[in-house]
Amino acid sequence: MATYHLTTPLSEEDVRKLKAGDVVYLSGVLYTARDAAHKRLVDLIEKGEELPFPLEGSVIYFVGPTPPKPGDPIGSAGPTTSYRMDSYSPTLLKHGSRGMIGKGKRNQAVKDACKEYGGVYFGATGGAGALLGKRIKSAEVIAYPELGPEAIRKLEVEEFPVTVINDTYGNDLYQMGREQFEVKS
Amino acid sequence: MREVAFDDVVNAVKNMIITTATNLPEDTVKALEEAYKEEKSEVAKEVIKQLLENAKIAREEERPLCQDTGLAVFFVKVGEDVKVVGGTLKDAINKGTELGYIEGYLRASTCNCFSRANLKDEVGYNLPAIIHFDLVDGDKIEIEYAAKGGGSENVSRAKVLPPAAGKQGIIDFVKEVISDAGGNPCPPITVGVGIGGTFEKAAISSKHALFRDVGTKNPDPELDQLEQEILEEVNKLGIGAMGMGGTKTALAVHIEANPCHIASLPVSVNVQCHSSRHMHITI
Repeated sequence: MATYHLTTPLSEEDVRKLKAGDVVYLSGVLYTARDAAHKRLVDLIEKGEELPFPLEGSVIYFVGPTPPKPGDPIGSAGPTTSYRMDSYSPTLLKHGSRGMIGKGKRNQAVKDACKEYGGVYFGATGGAGALLGKRIKSAEVIAYPELGPEAIRKLEVEEFPVTVINDTYGNDLYQMGREQFEVKS
Repeated sequence: MREVAFDDVVNAVKNMIITTATNLPEDTVKALEEAYKEEKSEVAKEVIKQLLENAKIAREEERPLCQDTGLAVFFVKVGEDVKVVGGTLKDAINKGTELGYIEGYLRASTCNCFSRANLKDEVGYNLPAIIHFDLVDGDKIEIEYAAKGGGSENVSRAKVLPPAAGKQGIIDFVKEVISDAGGNPCPPITVGVGIGGTFEKAAISSKHALFRDVGTKNPDPELDQLEQEILEEVNKLGIGAMGMGGTKTALAVHIEANPCHIASLPVSVNVQCHSSRHMHITI
C-alpha cells in the first residue's frame, strides 16, 4: 500500500497507478453532488447540454455538508453512502470524470466503468465530518442552489485524506479487507 | 399537578440537540478507544484513530461530528402528575428541535417522502421530530434523545420469524442484516435488537435499545448472554471500521425483549453508526 499526494484534475496516468488500499491526499478542486444533482448531470449529458463544471479529470465528492458557521467556508463535510449514485456514476466516468469520493460498496457496473474508462473510487471516513470539513479551504455553490445541502459546490481542498477502494484493475478494498479478517464458522 | 413552562422544555431540548451534535458521549468515546486497542487491522485502526481525532475537533471547535446531523428521535416518559403550561409538550419538543438545528448550524435532512423536497420552509427546520410518548407514574418528564443518521437507518430491517426459529433464528437474522450492510452504516456500529411484541413493537424496541449507553451490561442475564453471543458472531464477519476489513465491526449489541403472540417471533435490527449521539434529561 502506497501513499500519494495528488492534485486535481486527475489524469488517466494518475489514476491508473493507484491500487486498492493506497492512501491518497488530494489537493485542488472537488465538486460535490448527491442523488438529485447526479440525476440532473446525467440528464444534461443525455440531452447533449453543457454541464455546470468541466467533467474532464474531475473528482466528485458525495457530500451534503452542514451549514457553515459565520466565518467558515463550510460546516462538517464527510461522505454519504455511495450506492445511491451507482446508476449515474458510469455515465460520468465515460464522459471524463476520474474520481469519486464516498463511503460504502459500489455495484459491478461502477467497478467495470472504473476499469474501462480509467476511474477510481475513493473512500473517505464516514462520520469524520468535522475533521474532513477542516481540509476544505473554500466552498462555492455553482449549481442548483434550490437543492440546499444537495446543491453542487466547488470545493478547494488541501491534503484531503482518502483511501482507494476500487481501482482500475477491478480490485475492491472492502472485499479484500473482509476476506482477510472473516472468521468462517 | 406540577407545572412546567413550555419555554423550559423548548430550551432543554434545544440545548440537548446542540450539545449532542458536537460532543460524542463519553460512553461512545470509551468504546471507540477500546476498539482501537483491540482492533487487529492496521487500516481499521487508522480509521478509528481518525474518528477519535474527529470527536476531539468537534468538541473543541464546536463543529458537528458528522454532516448527517440526523432526524431528531425522542423517547419521552411523561409523569401523570406533570403538565406543560403555555403550549403542548409535543409542540415544545418540536420547537426545541427546530431552534437547536438552526442555532447549532446543523443540517435539515427531513424531506417529503415522495417529492424529496426539503421540508425546512414548509413544515419547519428538520421537522417533524420523531417522538415516542409513554405515560408513567410521577411528576417528571424524562426525555431521551438521539440524532439518527440515514446511512445506518437504511440497512436496518425487521422480520417476523416463526417461533420454531428460536434464539438461533434471531442470531442468524442479525448476522444476515449486518453482513449485507457491510461498510455502509459506518462501522464500528452498535446493533439494536428488538425481540417480541408485535411487528411495530419490535421495531420501536430495537430503536430504543440504541439509547442505552454503549458498553453497559444488560440487567437481564439471559439477554446479556445473547448480546455477547451475537456480538462475537457479528465481529467474526470481518467487516471492520468503515468496511475496510477488521475485527471490530460492532462495539456492542443491545437487546430489548417483549412478550409476544403465541404464533409469532418478531425481530427487528436497528443499526447505529459509530457516531452514537444520544443524551437523556429529566425535567
